Amino acid sequence: MSTTEIDRQWTTRLRQRATGKLPPEKLLPDTQPTYVASWIYVFGVATLAALIMVIVTGCILAIRGPLWWHGSVYGHFVNSLHLWSVEIFFFTMIVHLWGKFFMAAWRGGRTLTWMTGVVTFLASIATAFTGYASQTNFDSQWITTQAKDGINATGAGAYFNVLNLGQMLMWHIVLLPLAAVVLTALHVLLVRVKGVVPPFAEKVEVHS
Amino acid sequence: MAFFTALGALVPLDHFGHYFHWHFIYLSLSNLIIILLMIATFLAAILAPFPGRKSRKEHQ
Ligand code: HEM
Repeated sequence: MSTTEIDRQWTTRLRQRATGKLPPEKLLPDTQPTYVASWIYVFGVATLAALIMVIVTGCILAIRGPLWWHGSVYGHFVNSLHLWSVEIFFFTMIVHLWGKFFMAAWRGGRTLTWMTGVVTFLASIATAFTGYASQTNFDSQWITTQAKDGINATGAGAYFNVLNLGQMLMWHIVLLPLAAVVLTALHVLLVRVKGVVPPFAEKVEVHS
Repeated sequence: MAFFTALGALVPLDHFGHYFHWHFIYLSLSNLIIILLMIATFLAAILAPFPGRKSRKEHQ
């Protein structure tokens, strides 16, 4: 194979594009600008940590099943860890969102970072909702019977039937978490590609 | 355990939740508490000194 042929291969092109946009020292940097030394920058990573905890506890729940999480002390404990990690996930995500909103962190070509955040937020709400619908207890019965009228009124009920437990469980443990994790990965990679947004320039008063 | 029993007595869980209703805003007490905690956390994150960060004066 000639070098030009090698250069034309999709593997070569993809690698060059990826390493050009995100060289290792940019992907895992050693230092950050001084303005990043503030608690408000901790909330993105705190959200990420909560998300990891949600996924890990969710996997344990999936392995053991509803009889276990309803019927055993350890099952209750892991179920509670799953719920409380979700609470912390949303709490830290909203503080993160406010932080980025007030520093207008979409400046300087960071629109996609902001927009992946927005879509992740929406996907997370849908994941939480289908989670409440999948509890298999009186709570989930109440929630789904209340929600069905709202969703049927939009016409989406034919495709997204909240009374169909199997469908809700699949959305909750396959499709939506996959979407949330992929979107989060994209979001964090975009932060790495663009670097952390600089703060607003300070107003300098000029005395004449 | 005694702590949780005391907490349970403070927050009666076998009653209907408390709700606030201002115009179109309808909010449970528990959700209001969470919102206030988020605002407090946000302010603390902006105002609390970050360990290891030099103050502006030290920079000059
Ligand atoms: C699954 C939820 C989320 C995770 C795990 C996450 C994670 C992160 C992390 C680790 C960072 C870099 C560190 C930091 O500045 O805090 C970041 C930055 C950012 N996030 Fe999020 N985020 C999430 C949701 C959101 C949402 C809902 C928004 C807004 C709608 C958002 C907007 C941004 C923006 C604009 C930046 C770039 C800031 C900059 O360039 O300085 N994120 N995110």
